[in-house]
Amino acid sequence: MAVKAITPDYKGEVLDKVENFGGNQVVYVGWDHHLMFCAPFAFPLPPEMPFEALRTQVMPETFSLHPEFAEIDWDQVSWKLDGEDFVPQADVALKDQGIGHKSVLRFNTPDLKGYQGAGV
Amino acid sequence: MSKVYIALQDNDESRYIVEAIEEDNPEVTVIHMPAMIRIENEGRLTVNRETVEEKMGRDWDVQELHVNLITLGGNVEEDDDSLSLHWNE
Amino acid sequence: MAAKKLNIKDKYRLLTRDLDWEYSYADRKEAFPYEDFEGIKITDWSKWEDPFRLTMDTYWKYQAEKEKKLYAIFDAFAQNNAHMNVSDPRYVNAIKIFLTGVSPLEYQAYQGFAHTGRQFGGVGARVACQMQSLDELRHVQTQIHAMSHFNKFFDGFQEYSHMHDRVWYLSVPKSFFNDARTAGPFEFMIAIGFSFEYVLTNLLFVPFMSGAAHNGDMATVTFGFSAQSDEARHMTLGLEVIKFLLEQHEDNVEIVQKWIDKWFWRGSRLLTIVAMMMDYMLPNKVMSWKEAWEVYFEEAGGALFKDLARYGIRMPKYSEIIEKEKEHISHQAWWTFYTHGHAAGFHTWIPTDEELDWLSEKYPETFDKYYRPRWELAKEMEAKGERFYTKGLPQLCTTCQIPMLFTEMDDPTQTSYRDTTYNGERYHFCSDGCKDIFEDEPEKFVQSWLPVHQIFQGNCGGPDVGDILSDFYHMNVGTDNMDMKGSPDELRWKQWKGVA
Ligand SMILES: [Fe+2]
Ligand SMILES: [Fe+2]
Ligand SMILES: [Zn+2]
Repeated sequence: MAVKAITPDYKGEVLDKVENFGGNQVVYVGWDHHLMFCAPFAFPLPPEMPFEALRTQVMPETFSLHPEFAEIDWDQVSWKLDGEDFVPQADVALKDQGIGHKSVLRFNTPDLKGYQGAGV
Repeated sequence: MSKVYIALQDNDESRYIVEAIEEDNPEVTVIHMPAMIRIENEGRLTVNRETVEEKMGRDWDVQELHVNLITLGGNVEEDDDSLSLHWNE
Repeated sequence: MAAKKLNIKDKYRLLTRDLDWEYSYADRKEAFPYEDFEGIKITDWSKWEDPFRLTMDTYWKYQAEKEKKLYAIFDAFAQNNAHMNVSDPRYVNAIKIFLTGVSPLEYQAYQGFAHTGRQFGGVGARVACQMQSLDELRHVQTQIHAMSHFNKFFDGFQEYSHMHDRVWYLSVPKSFFNDARTAGPFEFMIAIGFSFEYVLTNLLFVPFMSGAAHNGDMATVTFGFSAQSDEARHMTLGLEVIKFLLEQHEDNVEIVQKWIDKWFWRGSRLLTIVAMMMDYMLPNKVMSWKEAWEVYFEEAGGALFKDLARYGIRMPKYSEIIEKEKEHISHQAWWTFYTHGHAAGFHTWIPTDEELDWLSEKYPETFDKYYRPRWELAKEMEAKGERFYTKGLPQLCTTCQIPMLFTEMDDPTQTSYRDTTYNGERYHFCSDGCKDIFEDEPEKFVQSWLPVHQIFQGNCGGPDVGDILSDFYHMNVGTDNMDMKGSPDELRWKQWKGVA
């Protein structure tokens, strides 16, 4: 049963369907083992945005406060998209490489261990 | 055996109630914390009206306990003469 | 001849049970339409036992006595300007969270018990719920009265009920109660009457309130203990409800267990904020969150579940995760608020060196390893004049609505991510516990009003965060929010105390 309700066949309204975001989709981005940022960030982004714009324009707005962010060698970074290994294509739109509404993108920088090496 | 507990506001009335509890349940542990007194015991704890009345020197209704009570843990049994807490194991 | 005094059992029976009536011409099912749909089977309401046989007259008598004591203390508190006696002005920020986050829950509890009480076919349960409903109304009223004194001297108290309905972090307690109140009456009783009252409110109203006393706040400790004296009755009702349901029909056991699993998980998540209030917002320390958790959850809850084992009830699911999390959650939560201090309706700060040492001592396994470095970084940034306020908005858990701040317990520097797909939509969670709850009732939780998504959808004004804070949340930006250092609260305090 999808809900225990007194009304037969009760259906809830999906509040976060993509149509409600005015042309954007929500994408979450998290930096593994870097908890200076308490949680992954949520960004409302046009699905047509190329990955490069996400990485070089959107992400630095939030992540660049981290003392290690400037040291990241982006060629060494490994990515996960919705839990699976992922190789982003810089010039391809988000939607055309499977980054959809409410997708989670995680990036991992194994050489950078966080502030004081403590995963911060 | 698990511990039952009762916590009372730290005030003049509670002091007599705590004395009565200690007298009737010699094994209890009494813990003083800021503004409160926590009393715990293995398995069972009873507050007897008669003993409290003796300590206070006046009539005391078991339900008056609610006025100074903060919290308790255990199954409650209450009648005209006592309130007791216990765990079934 | 003097009339014989009735004993409390007889008096209770005459004043409650015998007031019920038979449904001779009306359909009983129509009178109690909510009684069946949850699948709970009640065969005999008369088996209901009331542990406290409080009749309405005794109820009013003792409640009136409690109120007189309470208001005498409020008067004394106000007349003596006792807000000046609190240990440290930082402390008052915990009370701001209380008024915006907890007091409105008392009001929701009042509404919930009024509704639930009406829906039970058994008169004993109806009377008990009615009294509890009145108690909860008393709690919200006394809390507003107590804190109105602080409102005269400190910022952040002025719009508590408006904020409760809108502010991002207050959607956590609000949605918790909305979930319970939109469930059926039996689930509501297991959620609030049992899980919340029996184990979880104790943590807020006993060790935290004792901490309020230890920080010189006699008004708060007094309303806290006065409320909790009613809670003692509520807890007993909660335990009674659960025993009654389990004894009524064996088919109830599985349903009740599922609710216990859900509500203990939801309760643990909700209490994250209390954990942070205890460890970070009480300048004079009584006990750590971890210690309080051990006494009131592990010990008291453990005893409770041993007692219920004879019905086939086991400890709540994920108890082993919950046990590990006591070492982490207060630190993770305060860091979240510290880094979102620009968007909070109260002040945040870096703990003092003595406080950091106290945390190391209380959390020897985790604090220095995982959390002290965060504060070292914050100090370094503050010293450079770049007090750390995070930018952007966080991802939230669909069920508990808390930012995804929790970590894997076997890898505490890694965010815990969980997700599921329902009708082609992705949903994200902070934990297996929150994911299970969604998967069990997706049609309910697809409706989660997640503040971050609502902002993105343009439903909260803005798009500038400052405008959302002031226009939609009604915060006084620059006054209610930001760091304690340099805040108007701090400046006034220094003036009162005559220190520069
Ligand atoms: Fe309450
Ligand atoms: Fe309550
Ligand atoms: Zn969650």
